[in-house]
Amino acid sequence: MHTNVKVLLAKPGLDGHDRGAKVIAIALKEAGMEVIYMGLHQTLEAIVAAAVQEDVDIIGLSILSGGHIPICRRLMELLAEEGIDDIAVCVGGVIPKRDVPVLKEMGVKGIFPGGANLREMTETLKALAG
Amino acid sequence: MDVARYIKNEKDQIEDVILSSGIHVKPKYGPEDLEAVGFDYQKDLGEPGEFPFTRNLFAEGYRTREWTTRQYTGFGTPRETNERFRLMIDHGQTGLNVAFDLPTQMGLDSDHPLAWGEVGRVGMAVDSLRDFEVAFAGIDLHKVGAGLTINAVASIMLAMYQAVAEKLGFDRTKISATPQNDILKEVLGRGAWIYALEPAVKLIGDTIEYSMTTMPRTNPVSVCGYHIRESGATPAQEMAYAFLIANAYIDEVAKRGYEPEEFVGRFSFNFNIFGNLWEQVAKFRAGRKVWAHNLSDRYQVKNPKNLWLRGLFAGGGSGLTKAEPENNIMRGAFYGLAAALSGAQSTALCSFDEAFTIPTPRSALLSLRTLQILMDEVGMRDTVDPLAGSYFIETLTKQMEEKIWEEMREIEEQGGVIKAITNGYLPRKLAWQAYEFERDVQKGDLIKVGVNKYAEEEDADVDLHEYNEAWAEEKLADLVELKRTRDSAAVASSLKNLEAVARAGGNVMPALVESCKAYATVGEMSDVFRDVYGVFKEPSIF
Repeated sequence: MHTNVKVLLAKPGLDGHDRGAKVIAIALKEAGMEVIYMGLHQTLEAIVAAAVQEDVDIIGLSILSGGHIPICRRLMELLAEEGIDDIAVCVGGVIPKRDVPVLKEMGVKGIFPGGANLREMTETLKALAG
Repeated sequence: MDVARYIKNEKDQIEDVILSSGIHVKPKYGPEDLEAVGFDYQKDLGEPGEFPFTRNLFAEGYRTREWTTRQYTGFGTPRETNERFRLMIDHGQTGLNVAFDLPTQMGLDSDHPLAWGEVGRVGMAVDSLRDFEVAFAGIDLHKVGAGLTINAVASIMLAMYQAVAEKLGFDRTKISATPQNDILKEVLGRGAWIYALEPAVKLIGDTIEYSMTTMPRTNPVSVCGYHIRESGATPAQEMAYAFLIANAYIDEVAKRGYEPEEFVGRFSFNFNIFGNLWEQVAKFRAGRKVWAHNLSDRYQVKNPKNLWLRGLFAGGGSGLTKAEPENNIMRGAFYGLAAALSGAQSTALCSFDEAFTIPTPRSALLSLRTLQILMDEVGMRDTVDPLAGSYFIETLTKQMEEKIWEEMREIEEQGGVIKAITNGYLPRKLAWQAYEFERDVQKGDLIKVGVNKYAEEEDADVDLHEYNEAWAEEKLADLVELKRTRDSAAVASSLKNLEAVARAGGNVMPALVESCKAYATVGEMSDVFRDVYGVFKEPSIF
């Protein structure tokens, strides 16, 4: 297993509710991971560019507006175009249960609806970076 | 943090209760506690309707005036939103609180690439005055006031509200708009900021100055402790930071040569209710007193009405859970009870399904009915400030007042609230508090029923509001039609004038009203500000 897991966290799109993203950033840091928090209003293109530049293991998106399906689909396409689809994509936020299989189907590796257990999340991320 | 922390012994008996704001609750209270905190009826409470307004803004509370109900409403196109407005008003709602979609909040038109997927999703999509004409059709704007939940482009929306009122035949001196218009809290929570902070605060100054002379019934700013609490603040910090932010706006207008007495009477606030009932009630009672003293001691405001802590005390989204969502109906009722016991002047609840998405008509009406039942069925109109005189509540109110002043001093001693926001101190502090709260809920130290106590595996099925992609297509078609039919020369010249005024540092409101009336779009107007003012850079906090 990686000793130094590197995670890029960002909030794509226009939604500015970042309490969850910041809580995750702190939780992952507390678990010993390296976290790059890009902050609010990020474009997917900027996220992919940062992922390449920083050579991260995981991209974590926080989405609360309800737009997680189109946003994740587009991100997966961009990663494939860049040839970096070995980076594991995780998403957290307001995600209804019925959307979980849709996200899995498109290759999202970790799905964490609000209230997800922080310990389990850090374990999942460590395993994904494995 | 958010709910109280209970220290128990091995027999599950409670040995200590620590409220979010850090105050310890005793097992019983008596006259000796009032003595210990130095309680003085005249000084600390006064009569209801009199300085320092701890008990209520009005002498007889809800006997003479019920609270205003103001459910947060808006989605899809202006047509859908207008239907929902009318549904709520037909069911007895007495005010509006308009929800805008994210592109509108961020000053982007529906056809902007960044708006993709978001048009009409979390609120109503507004591109131009034409949309407001549809949204407010058939509503008596002299009678029903409208909260406009928008911040970075609040100046544009206030101008548009004046434009639509005049277009629909209302008198601008009789309409009552309450744009949220609190950009400093957007940086602490909610995140819908656009422009660099200094010009963004200047824009707020413009709306306050303009309202003073042109729309005297408008409340040009609604300072939001609400979102600061949602971001991790304690109830005492929620009040303290909101007051400091309000002071920053007062200073902005005062430096233009106005006396605070001339404009603070129209300030309004938006505060949050969830968690411990007693702490909420004490928070609002103490808050009214602190605000009145803040204005009279610091700004020499004298007219008693100008010292009122006016505003919306509303049920908080952070209290809701996705687990067993119907439990949120009960939570809402208790938050409404806290609002009534606190003497809320205006109120709203998050509906039970808002842990997932924006509410259905059924759940929105359920929230409204909850508030109506409190007023009409359980005795909330009977007498003003019904908890007054309780040894516990009066002691707690005094302690809460001390906490609020303490939190205000802490920030002022490091150079003020704007500095504490821009240097990352406050965002970092709130993020850590939010993390500690989440960790403690997961450890079971803070109890949420159905989440970490009595939790069940089965997820309940609820009918949720569905986003309709046709709304975005409709908005795009409207925008094409608008640009085809409006007077392009008038639009161009109004925008040119807006830019000239903005560059010269003048009050932009008259120019915005002209641009709105010429059917300039929200995106066009906000692009002028982007060019002139530049954009905000988020402080790095990790």
